[in-house]
Amino acid sequence: MPTFNLKINNETHTVEADMDTPLLWVLRDKINLVGTKYGCGIGQCGACNIHVDGNVMRSCLLQVSQAEGMSITTIEGLSEHGDHPVQQAWKEIDVPQCGYCQAGQIMTASAFLDKNPKPTESQIRNAMHGNICRCASYNSIEQAVKVASEKMS
Amino acid sequence: MTPSKKITFSRRSFLKSSALASGGMIIGFNLFNACKPEAKLPVDLSQLNYSDFNAFIKISEEGKVTIFSPNPEIGQGVKTSMPMIIAEELEVAWDDVYVVQAPLDTKNYTRQVAGGSQSIRHGWEALRQTGATAKQMLVNAAAARWGIETSECKVKEGVITNTKDETLGYGDVVLEAALLEVPEEVTLKDPKDFTIIGQGKSNVDIDKIITGKPLYGLDYKEEGMLYAAVLRPPAFGQVLESFDDSGARSLPGVVDVITIGEKLRAFKDSGKTNWSMQMSTTDKVVVIGKTTWDAMKGKKAIKAIWKKDSELESTENHDKELLDLLDSKDLTTKRSDGDVKKAFAEADTVLERIYEAPFLPHNCLEPMNFFANVTPEKVHLVGPVQTPASAQKVVSELLERDIEDVHVEMTRMGGGFGRRLYGDFVYEAAEISNVIQKPIKMVSSREDDMTTGVYRPASKYKIAASIKDGKLTGYHLKEACINVNMYGLIPNFFPAGAVKNYQVDTANYKSNITTGAWRAPYTNFLASAEQSFFDELAEVLNIDRVKLHMDLLENVKNNPEPNIEYSPERLQGVLKLAVEKSNWGKAADGVYQGLSVYYCHNTHVAEVADVILENGVPNVKKVTCAVDCGIVINPLGAMNQIRGGVLDGIGHAMYSDFGFNNGVPQSSNFNTYQLIRMGQTPKVDVHFVESNLDPTGLGEPTLPPVGAAVANAIYKATGKRLTKQPYMKNMNVEEKVLG
Repeated sequence: MPTFNLKINNETHTVEADMDTPLLWVLRDKINLVGTKYGCGIGQCGACNIHVDGNVMRSCLLQVSQAEGMSITTIEGLSEHGDHPVQQAWKEIDVPQCGYCQAGQIMTASAFLDKNPKPTESQIRNAMHGNICRCASYNSIEQAVKVASEKMS
Repeated sequence: MTPSKKITFSRRSFLKSSALASGGMIIGFNLFNACKPEAKLPVDLSQLNYSDFNAFIKISEEGKVTIFSPNPEIGQGVKTSMPMIIAEELEVAWDDVYVVQAPLDTKNYTRQVAGGSQSIRHGWEALRQTGATAKQMLVNAAAARWGIETSECKVKEGVITNTKDETLGYGDVVLEAALLEVPEEVTLKDPKDFTIIGQGKSNVDIDKIITGKPLYGLDYKEEGMLYAAVLRPPAFGQVLESFDDSGARSLPGVVDVITIGEKLRAFKDSGKTNWSMQMSTTDKVVVIGKTTWDAMKGKKAIKAIWKKDSELESTENHDKELLDLLDSKDLTTKRSDGDVKKAFAEADTVLERIYEAPFLPHNCLEPMNFFANVTPEKVHLVGPVQTPASAQKVVSELLERDIEDVHVEMTRMGGGFGRRLYGDFVYEAAEISNVIQKPIKMVSSREDDMTTGVYRPASKYKIAASIKDGKLTGYHLKEACINVNMYGLIPNFFPAGAVKNYQVDTANYKSNITTGAWRAPYTNFLASAEQSFFDELAEVLNIDRVKLHMDLLENVKNNPEPNIEYSPERLQGVLKLAVEKSNWGKAADGVYQGLSVYYCHNTHVAEVADVILENGVPNVKKVTCAVDCGIVINPLGAMNQIRGGVLDGIGHAMYSDFGFNNGVPQSSNFNTYQLIRMGQTPKVDVHFVESNLDPTGLGEPTLPPVGAAVANAIYKATGKRLTKQPYMKNMNVEEKVLG
C-alpha cells in the first residue's frame, strides 16, 4: 500500500492507504480526527467539510493521493482553544441540536467569512446552502454566521 | 400548579442515597418505577445497579455536582433540560453542575426511551422531587452540625447559611448527609422563584460539538476494532440466493467476508417477535475491513444474486390499494359520536377531499451504526440507540446469553426522528461480532441507510364534512395507511368533541416494506390534511377561518366532552396569540398568509405561514409560531426544537419524496432525495403562551401543523389547493434556483 505525507492542522502525518481512499476516512479512521463527519459520501451534505489551502472542500470527494502537499485544516485545528469567532458565535447562539453536521457548518462559515467578512443576508444564505442540517437549525446557523461576522470585523 | 408545595412520599419510593467510597454521596433515583425495597446503592460508582436506578446525582466533598442524565440524547435537548430541573430544586449554580450521559442498561422496564416528546412531561415531578430531596438531606446535615432547626437554614447556590451568617458548602456536609435517612417530605419551589428553569442554557455538549471531539456512535473506537459493511437486499421482497466474494477478498483492506441472518431467523422461527425488529431476515453478506472505507469498498466488490421471496411492491400499487381502502368495507371505526350517516344524508352540501403523503426515510445525518464486542465473557454494545433497554433484552435472546452479560452504552446521537427507536442495526452488529468474536463497528453508508429504512408509511386520508343551513353538522375522517394506523388517542384530537356527529375510521394495507415511527407519527401528515380541510371548509361556509375555529372550540367549552385529548382553552389561546403576532389579515401586498392550529404530544400550537411568489414560485418567508407547552424549562433549547420542527415540517411537506419501484427505493442519497436547505428556509418567529402549568415536550408538536399553514398560504397566493405531498412536486413548479 502506498504511503502519503499529509500536512494536517500544521502537523505532518504519514499514512498508508489505497490511492483512492477519500481523505475523510483517512482523517477519521487512520489519524483519529473524527470531528470531520460522514454524511453522504457524494459531496451533497457538507458534514465532511475541511479547509484545503484556505478553501472549503468536501473531504469525501478528495482522494488521499490528491491531498499531499496541501495545507489541510480540520475542525480540530480551526483554533487552538475552540475560540475561533465562528466557534464562539456557535456557542453564544447555542446552534446545535443533534450537533452532527455542525463541524461541517463551522468549517464552511469560517472559510466563507475569511473571504467575505461582511456578507449580506443573501450571501450568507447562499454560502451555507450546501450544508444540510437534518435538525433544521438553519435559523440559528444564519444568526451565528452574522454574529461571527461582527466579531471578525 | 400551586406554588411551593410539600410532597410526601413513601420512604420505600424511588430514591436511595449512599456514601461514596471515594468521599461524597450519591443519590440514585428511578424516574418512573418505585425501586424495589431491597435495592441498595453500591459505594463504588462502577458498581451502580442500573436495573433499580436510572439516574444519579453525585455530590463530591469539593461540592461539585455531577448529574447522570438518564434519557438518550438525540438532539432534543433533554441532556440539558432534565438536569436543569434537578439543579433548580437542588439549589446549585448551573455552572457548578457537570452532566454526563448515564451508561444505562436496565433490566426492568423504565421510560428510558427518547420518543413521543414525553421525557420532560414524565420526568418533571420526579426530577424536582429528587433535587429537592438531595437539598433537604444536605440542609438536615448542616442543621444537625450546628444544632439548630432546618428552618433556620437558607440555601443559595450550594451554600447553606444559618441565622448567624455562618456558612457550610454542600461539600462540607456531604459525608454526614449521605448517612441520613431519605426524608419522607420535601418542599418544592414556587415556580416564581426559579433561577435556572426558564433561563436559556446552552447544550451541555456544546464545547465538544464545536471543536469536533468524539461524541457520536460513529466516533466510538476500541483497540483492535474492525469495521463491518452489510450488503442487504436491494429490493424489499428479495432474499439472498448466492454470492461471489472473491473480488472483495482480494482487496488488501478486507479482513473477512461472512454472512449473518441465522440468529435472527432462529429467533423468529421460535415464535418470538419484537416490535423493534423492523428488518429482513434474509442472509446478508458482511465485509469486515480494517477501516470503514475498506469495508465499504469490499462490499461494492461482492457479486450477489438475489431472488424474489415475496411481492415486489411499487408506489403505483400502493396508491391504488390505499385509495380502494378509503372506499372499502374494511374500515374499522375508532371513534363515533352522534350519527354521521344521518348528518350526511340530511346535508345540503358535502365537502369531501382526499389528502396523500408518501413514504419518508428518517435520514438521520449520522447513518445507522453500532459497536459490538461479543466474547465468551460478555456482550458489549455501544452506540446511538433510543431504546437501550429493549436492545439489551433482544440481543440477550438473539445470542442466547444471560441478560446480565449484555451491556449497552449510549453515545450522543446524530439525529433520531424515530429511526433509532428500532434495533435492527444493534442486532446486526451483535450477530456480526458473535460470528467473528472480535470487536466491530457496523457502519451503514448513506445509501444503506436510506434504502433499508424503517420508513414513515405512505398514507391517505379522505375527509368529509356535512353542511346544513350554512352550519357544519358532521365530520367523517377515513385513514388508509401502509402497515399500521393511527394510535388510540389521535381520534380524540380536535375536532372530536367540537362536532356533534363525528367519526374516524381506519384501514391498512400490509406491505413487506419496513415502516415505523417518524417524528410525530401519524399527526405529521394528519395535521396537514385536517388543517387544509378546515381552511377549505371555512371558505365553503363563508366564515372567517379564525372565527370557525374559535366557534368550534367554544362548542367544546360549552359542552364539555371528557374523552378529548386537547384543551379548547389552550387551543384558543395559541390561536389568538398567533393571530396577534403574525398580523393576520393585515399582511403587506404580495404576502399571502395561511393558518394552522393543532394539538399533539400534549402541546398546543398555532402557526401562520407568510408566502410570497417569486416568478410564480411560492417561497415561504416567515412562520409565526405560538406555543403552549406549560412552563418553559430551557428557552434556548425550546426555541431550537420549535424552529427545527417548523423547518423540518416545511421541508418534508414541500420537497421530500420517497417511493418504490418493484421493491427498490426510488432514492438512495441526497442527490435525488431533497432535504430542506438554508436557501429554502423562512424565519421562524416564536411566541410562548405564559403558563404555570406543568411542562410538556417540544420535540415533535410544532412539526405537524406547518404543512397546512404553508398549503393554505399557497392557496391564497395561487388559488390552487394542495392535497398531495410533497407540494412542490405535485404542483408542478420548478424549484427556485438560488443565487
